[in-house]
Amino acid sequence: MSRKLSTGRAINEALAIAMESDPDVILLGEDVVGGGTLEADGVDEMGGVVGTTKGLVKRFGRDRVLDTPISEMGLLGTAVGAAATGLRPVAELMFMDFLGVCLDPLLNQAAKLRYMFGGKVRIPLTVRTLCGAGMQAAAQHSQSLYWITAGIPGLKTVIPSNPADAKGLLLAAIRDDNPVVFCEPKLILNQVGEVPEGDYEVPIGVAHLARQGGDVSLVGFGGTVPIALRAADLLAAEGIQADVLDLRSLAPLDEEAILTTLEKTGSLVVVDEATPRCGIASDVAALCVDRGFDSLNTPVRRVTAPHAPVPFSAVLEQAYLPSAERVVETVRALG
Amino acid sequence: MQLSREQLLDAYARMRTIRAFEEKLEELVKGGKLGGFLHLYAGEEAVAVGVCSHLGDADIVTSTHRGHGHCIAKGVDVKGMMAELFGRATGVCKGKGGSMHIADVDRGMLGANGIVGAGIPLTTGAALTAKLKKTENVAVCFFGDGATNQGQFHESLNMAANWQLPAVYVVENNGFGEFTPTEYVVPVKDIAERARSYAMRSDIADGMDFFDVYQRAGEAIERARHGEGPTLLECKTYRFMGHFVGDPLVYRPKEEAEDWIQNRDPLLNFESKVSEAGMLEESDLREIDGAVSRLLEEAIAEAETAPLPELASILTDVYAE
Repeated sequence: MSRKLSTGRAINEALAIAMESDPDVILLGEDVVGGGTLEADGVDEMGGVVGTTKGLVKRFGRDRVLDTPISEMGLLGTAVGAAATGLRPVAELMFMDFLGVCLDPLLNQAAKLRYMFGGKVRIPLTVRTLCGAGMQAAAQHSQSLYWITAGIPGLKTVIPSNPADAKGLLLAAIRDDNPVVFCEPKLILNQVGEVPEGDYEVPIGVAHLARQGGDVSLVGFGGTVPIALRAADLLAAEGIQADVLDLRSLAPLDEEAILTTLEKTGSLVVVDEATPRCGIASDVAALCVDRGFDSLNTPVRRVTAPHAPVPFSAVLEQAYLPSAERVVETVRALG
Repeated sequence: MQLSREQLLDAYARMRTIRAFEEKLEELVKGGKLGGFLHLYAGEEAVAVGVCSHLGDADIVTSTHRGHGHCIAKGVDVKGMMAELFGRATGVCKGKGGSMHIADVDRGMLGANGIVGAGIPLTTGAALTAKLKKTENVAVCFFGDGATNQGQFHESLNMAANWQLPAVYVVENNGFGEFTPTEYVVPVKDIAERARSYAMRSDIADGMDFFDVYQRAGEAIERARHGEGPTLLECKTYRFMGHFVGDPLVYRPKEEAEDWIQNRDPLLNFESKVSEAGMLEESDLREIDGAVSRLLEEAIAEAETAPLPELASILTDVYAE
């Protein structure tokens, strides 16, 4: 059975299932409760800045849903220490941009303790974080910085493109014995879709062929999957059939799925809402050239944001983000 | 707090092992036999041992780049440590950690740490685990005076005090952050004063005196174990061998160092106290010295001939299966 839920509610449901099934799962972060006087009449909790964790404190109590001070480095470091000693924390980094003040617990602690200790410790930590543009939140609250975490050995990074995957990927992330960064793209936060009931996992490291074509491969992830799907619709009207591959997981990367669709179509366009340098799109392009060169009938093209901060004005922000139209133009220009 | 004869012998043996271990390492580095960055703990032995004498394997400690002393005090196998520093497969971290990341979670030792201040929130997290799982374990963090200028220190103390976590934050104030005297970069006279900002208890111990550290750490650890919250314990100490092996030590007055080394050595201090009180005989101590010396010779000999790691191990332990 399934029913329609937003991505935010699907994430909430995954958190509840994870907490119900494992008493070691705790949530901590800024405002994950978000309300100090829940006992008073007419007072409710916020449940996070966009309400994703709302309702969980009433069900699981304040020992398991912990409001932290606005101390991203301290809360992530604390979560790493808790994970290393027997809890299975889900920490919330409200916006991925805040990695700027708290990279060390991920870069030098969570990602490396197991390796440095010769395999003697597990860090079953999940870091949930809002990423990407689309809410006019401008340069410091709109970045897609998954290219940083995906490039760090020892971390996993996943990013859902729809509500059903958000639920299943988050459950898989929480139950993984490694630190997993779970990106919540703003572009899909309010997207509503069919979400299966009950407990299920979407495996980490496995891409999903979201649409079958055959003429060209469109590779996206997170918020660019709906863009690629719309582009595929537009292209179909012109007689071009596109494969749309949803990466779902940026680290580990399902290289075989990318090479398989490339082999089938001979042309590949990768769509990424992050900036173009040193990013996932470049990584996918490099993979195609490195391991899929013989399959290439056309150059690999990247559709990304420009090398600029995310602007505020809605008209600028829309122009900044990849669009289905840009994807279509790029495919047409492949010749 | 009364110590039994066995406890005293054990404390002395651990302090002597730390001192001898660090002296041997200095020799090995200068003889070109060891690589990497080494930061030696000689001079600060009373802090690690005075604190860890109250802890069991289920209690967690985190440490710093100057971490060998905390490992030995916490019961990490000395031969495994030596093999680690030689980069051998038999090392306690399989040769992947080295001096700055040496660890053994089976002994509750959650790692030396190459990032100044980074162990502090790890301890906070371990204390959160203890509190939520209601285990009565405590988490103890060792860090230097320099780390108290990091945001992680302040963020952690605030959270630990707010949540009344079973944690003890032990600052080893050795007077220098790397080469810069502490008073040049810290406006408070005593680091312990910083606890007041977080409504946290604090205490100051003579870090060169095992008995003073033992007493004050014991009180803090007991409070933590019994739900009475965290403590910031400042131990005033001194590093005998400089910041790292090869430190030219141009930045501190020779007379100052000589005074600490000759008049305040924690091992000599311990020996004179137990002798005057008639608690241990000199022969007990010399016997330990001999045993420690033999242990280290064996540890070095075994490490030198132990197998090197397989190159394929570069790719193992990156992720848990």
